[in-house]
Amino acid sequence: MSDVSKIMFVMRKAPYGTIYSFEGLETVLIMGAYEQDVSLLFVDDGVYSIKKGTDTTPLGIKNFSPTFRVLEGYDIEKLYIDKESMDSRGLTLDDFVVEPEVLDKEQIAKLMEEQDVLFPF
Amino acid sequence: MLHLVNKSPFASTSLESCLKFATKGAPILLFEDGIYGAMSGTALEAKIKDVMKDHPVYALKEDLMARGIDVVIDGVKTIDYPGFVELVERHKTCTWS
Repeated sequence: MSDVSKIMFVMRKAPYGTIYSFEGLETVLIMGAYEQDVSLLFVDDGVYSIKKGTDTTPLGIKNFSPTFRVLEGYDIEKLYIDKESMDSRGLTLDDFVVEPEVLDKEQIAKLMEEQDVLFPF
Repeated sequence: MLHLVNKSPFASTSLESCLKFATKGAPILLFEDGIYGAMSGTALEAKIKDVMKDHPVYALKEDLMARGIDVVIDGVKTIDYPGFVELVERHKTCTWS
């Protein structure tokens, strides 16, 4: 039996209103140490987590959006985004700090079914 | 894949997103505030009935009772905690919270 699991993190929350997105990212980074087949899916307000140009100085909290760029260094290269979530929020690939692959809902549904574990954040 | 929804469909897009990505035949379990989607006579009833053409829909009995929901939409299966555990044992899960 393979000891590599397919693990998908489903990022569904906007970044600075709640702790979900930050904790999701932290967990992904930890998971990066275990040599698993990790992917990230940005859906619903989760797409805001990778928005360019975030400046949290006025809020006095850590700006973690640019941290999504370091995932590649952890061999986490599978980033996906739901086209509908992106389009409906008036965002395009130019708006993001990383370059996720754009998928439609059928492709995402299939990808989810292929995973061993889904972690919602 | 078993889809778990624990937010009210009147307050959150959890159920909507779940339905967007759930493949045909995938069971959906409503629990905690998610059970409001199972209540009979709401604006969502027709939609849930439509959903049940493609998905078995379950609602957690304990959460229905706690919220005073006595009548669920025809076709929604109520299950208790042991039933919940059984479902989770049989499927991979995806939580929409």
